[in-house]
This record gives sequence, structure tokens and C-alpha cells, in this order.
Amino acid sequence: MFAYIARRIVYVIPIVISVALVCFLLVHITPGDPLVAVLPADASQELAAQLRTAYGFDRPLPVQFGLWLWRALHGDLGSSIATGRPVLTEVLRAVGNTVTLAIAAALIGFTLGLLFGLIAGYFRDTWIDKVATSIAIAGVSVPHYWLGMVMVIIFSVQLNWLPAVGAGPGGSGAWGWDWEHMKYLILPAITTSVIPMGIVTRTVRALTGDILSQDFVEALRAKGLRELDVFKHVIKNAAPTALAVMGLQLGYMLGGSILIETVFSWPGSGLLLNSAIFQRDLPLLQGTILVLALFFVALNLLVDIAQAAIDPRIKRG
Amino acid sequence: MTVMSDTALQAAPATKARGYWATVGRRIARDKVSMACAFVLVLIFASALLAPWLGLADPYQGSMIRRLRHIGTPNYPLGTDELGRDMLARLIYGGRLSLIIGILPVIFAFVIGTSFGLVAGYVGGKLNTAIMRTIDVFYAFPSVLLAIAISGALGAGIVNSIVSLTIVFVPQITRVAESVTTGVRNMDFVEAARASGAGPFTIMRVHMLGNVLGPIFVYATGLISVSMILAAGLSFLGLGTKPPEPEWGLMLNTLRTAIYINPWVAALPGVMIFAVSICFNLLSDGMRSAMDIRN
Repeated sequence: MFAYIARRIVYVIPIVISVALVCFLLVHITPGDPLVAVLPADASQELAAQLRTAYGFDRPLPVQFGLWLWRALHGDLGSSIATGRPVLTEVLRAVGNTVTLAIAAALIGFTLGLLFGLIAGYFRDTWIDKVATSIAIAGVSVPHYWLGMVMVIIFSVQLNWLPAVGAGPGGSGAWGWDWEHMKYLILPAITTSVIPMGIVTRTVRALTGDILSQDFVEALRAKGLRELDVFKHVIKNAAPTALAVMGLQLGYMLGGSILIETVFSWPGSGLLLNSAIFQRDLPLLQGTILVLALFFVALNLLVDIAQAAIDPRIKRG
Repeated sequence: MTVMSDTALQAAPATKARGYWATVGRRIARDKVSMACAFVLVLIFASALLAPWLGLADPYQGSMIRRLRHIGTPNYPLGTDELGRDMLARLIYGGRLSLIIGILPVIFAFVIGTSFGLVAGYVGGKLNTAIMRTIDVFYAFPSVLLAIAISGALGAGIVNSIVSLTIVFVPQITRVAESVTTGVRNMDFVEAARASGAGPFTIMRVHMLGNVLGPIFVYATGLISVSMILAAGLSFLGLGTKPPEPEWGLMLNTLRTAIYINPWVAALPGVMIFAVSICFNLLSDGMRSAMDIRN
């Protein structure tokens, strides 16, 4: 097991470096001078040259990348142009809120997805299966930002039950686990949960169907095992793949939260990214994307290891 | 001997089995869900294409006195938007841009990704490793994040949004194409073609492309659903089309402020995105099960 973990970690290193390279290059595919956001409109040539040297933009690209990577490894992602605060501080504060939202959404989405998937796979081709698969396909096809708007229309505008935007009373960014704060979490969490719900349902349904049609299930039944115990075998066999899909979905929720966070003004990494884009705050844009992508890579690594831990066949492969 | 083979030849057409694609076509045509989806899509595409000849109101013509009319107002069957423009006209005209920015990236990615995947799968070895490891880097980003990162860095605009989505989908299609190609590569008929002196380009084009296109096409059809949601999502964020152009994502964005006054009109553009997305998803599912002849 240890050798497997070590090997997986070694594989991740080139990925991490490439991810950093992509994030670094993002700033350089930007049309025009990367300085354009910092430079006053009436800046003189000398000032521009001075700033270019100060930011290191006059050096060759590989050197710039090396320096940037070196600083990033030491936790220095530069300062936000808009606020002047360190990028890493800003990003980590925002990521906390995104993690809260993603975990709440995962609890809802995965629970429903597993439930619907198992039931649909077990009662394949019956009306129960049709209902569950219809819900699943609607879940993966719905534009979630629109669903968010519809939720706000129903529960905030029409019924006035839940707040429409923000993450807590008074518009403060501080999160707390009490009802006053939870009220703000409900709508964004439900909205975020529909895509993972649909994907997990579809995956688990297919897995359950496949496993139930295998010979060993027939043998278990012939042996006289109760249906409930047969089901335990199904769950055991479906677990590694289901876990991998759920891990990936959790990563998508963390990294792809920008649309939902924009709809609900949820103060997470997505909203931060949104403001970085529209204020042309390139260091903040670069830093946020790097942190989110590294989260995603780390999560994938954890999923791989967890998968190998519960399914010994993977290690050998 | 001669007599026997002659009878066999004559008998052949009578027992000729229906071809694979003909069978698949018949199976899809019998699937009610797929046909219903195809019908809805044809309707949306045709109305978007023929919009100027449908006798609709001018989608750009606003009016300060008839802003945010409700659904069912005489002359404005689907109400009016925040600038008093006819919603029905804007939804139908909006299909033009929305469908283009949603579907073009998948078409581009289909062409590019299939080429990469085919070459990687057929040539194998170091080239395969080089292509597939590069692809892995893009898999290290959640697709929404990658699309928004590229779009955000390039700046707002239709072309940039198409470019960013194409970059997001190329790796996914390459991966599918590579795995299908690797499966076909070692089959006997490829070996036979190689033995009879066909060059790699001929083998890829004549013998392999036809066998790998089916599954890749089905996958790409399903991707259109994602692409529609993401493309409209970029516009929703302000990274796609600019006002006053009618486009579903942008319309959702500008109508967001209207949800307290006329909520259901504000939700309409999303219904269009949802409809197109779910139809492509169901159609992709229908094609997949129709092509799975074993069932």
C-alpha cells in the first residue's frame, strides 16, 4: 500500500508543475500588456518601464516562471491589485466558504444520488427506474445558475421563507453554524447539489444493474442468501467506482462554484474569481485558479488512494 | 464447384442482413423519447434560423412605457423584458447566438480531439505518451474553472468564449477517441490492411475512422448539453456576448434584477437552455443504447 501511495505521489509532481505553468501562462495570453490593470491611463513611458522592471515583466518568460514558482512554493502568490492584500490570504478565506457550500451540497447530492441510483438499478426497467432516471437526467441537464434564480423566485420572492443572497445576517462574511446562517446556505446548497445528484444516480444505477447481472449474484441467491444480504455484496462491489465519481464531483463543486456563488452572492472562491476577472486583477485571478486547481489535484490523489484502500485489485493493476 | 458458388452468389442478396447503421437508425426511429427530443430540437433550430420570416416583433426595439409586461399580455405573448423588448422575439432570435456558441466548440473539439486521439491511439508509443500526458494536465482543472479561467484571461467576447470551451472539450474527446482507437487498432482487419501494404494514413482514414466515429459522436452529442450550459453560463457572467444582442445566458443576466417585479418572465431564457440541454442529453442516451446491438 505504501509503495502504491508513493508512486501516485510521484506521478502527481509533473501534473502540479504543469498546472502551475498553465496558471502562469494565463496572465501572458491576456491581450495587451499584463501591466495594463496597474498602470494609470496617463502613465509616462518611464513609469511603465519602471513598473515593468519592478514586476519582473522585462525578464525572459522561463525566468519569470521560475521566480514565480519559487515564490509560490513559499506561499507568496503576490498581492491583489484591487485591495493590496496578499493573494493567498484572500483566497484561503474565500475557499473556506466554498468548502462549506460544497460539503453541504455533497451531503444532499450524494445521499439522494446513492439512494436513487441503488433503487433505480435494483428495479431496472420498472416505473420506479423511469422516475429516478428522469430526475437524474433533469439534474445533469439543468443550467444550475438558472435553477438558482428559480429557487430565489419561489422561496425568497414569492414565499419569503429564505434569504436570496449573502452568507449571513448583516452581510458579514463570517460563517457560523446556527440557524441564522444556515438559512443562507439552504438554497445555494440545494442548487449546487443537483448536478452531482444526477451524475451519482446515473453511475450507481449502471453499476448496480451490471453487478446484479453477474454470475456471483446468481450464486449468492442460489445459496439462499436473503435479498438484503445480496444487496450488501452489490454495495461492496459498487463502492470503489462510486467513490471515485463522488470525489470528482466534490472537486467540481469546489472549483466550479463561480456561477452559483455569483447568483447567490456567496462570498467564496467563485465570487472572488468573478471580481478578479472583472477588475482585471491578474495576480488574484492567477492565484485563485492555482489554489483551486491544486485542491482538485490533491482531491483526485486522495480518491485514488482511498479507492486502492478499499479495492485491492487496483493496487496490482 | 462453379455451379455451387454461382448459386451462392445469386442467393446472397435475398439473405442480405440489414447493415449496422440501418439497424441503429431503425432502433432510434422506434425510440419515442429520442424522436420527441429530435422534434423539439428541430423546432428550436428551425425557428432560430427562420426568425426574420416568422413575423416577430423587432428583438432590439424597446419601449420605456411597456417594460416587464407579464406573460400573456396581448401582443406580447411571453411578456416584455427590462427594456420593453418582446420576449418571444428575443427568445427565438436568441437561439441563433446561443446555439452557435453552444455547439461550435463541440464541433471544433470533435474534429481536433478525434484527430489527436486517432493519431495517439494508432501510432502509440512515445507520441501517445506525449499527447495523453499533455491531456492529463487539462484534466487537473475542473472544466468550469478552466473555461472561466481562459475566458477570463482572454477577456469577454463570443470568439474568446468559443475558443475557451473548445480548449475545455478537446482533452475529453481526445481521451475517448484514444481509448476507442486503441481498442480497434489490434483487430484483424487492420492487420490485414497493413499486410496488404496500406500506409498509416490510409489505414486511419479508411479502416479505422469509420469504426471509431460512432462512439465519439455519441459522446460529443452528450457534450453539447454541457457546452450549452457552460456557453450560456459564460454569457451569464458577462464573459460572452455583449448587450443588446439577444442570447439566452445574457438575457438571464440582465433580467436578474427583474425577479422582484416579474419573476417568471425573468426565468424564461433558462427554460430554453434547459430544453436544448436535456434534449441533447436524451438523444445521446438514445443513440448510445441504439448502437449497443447486444441488447
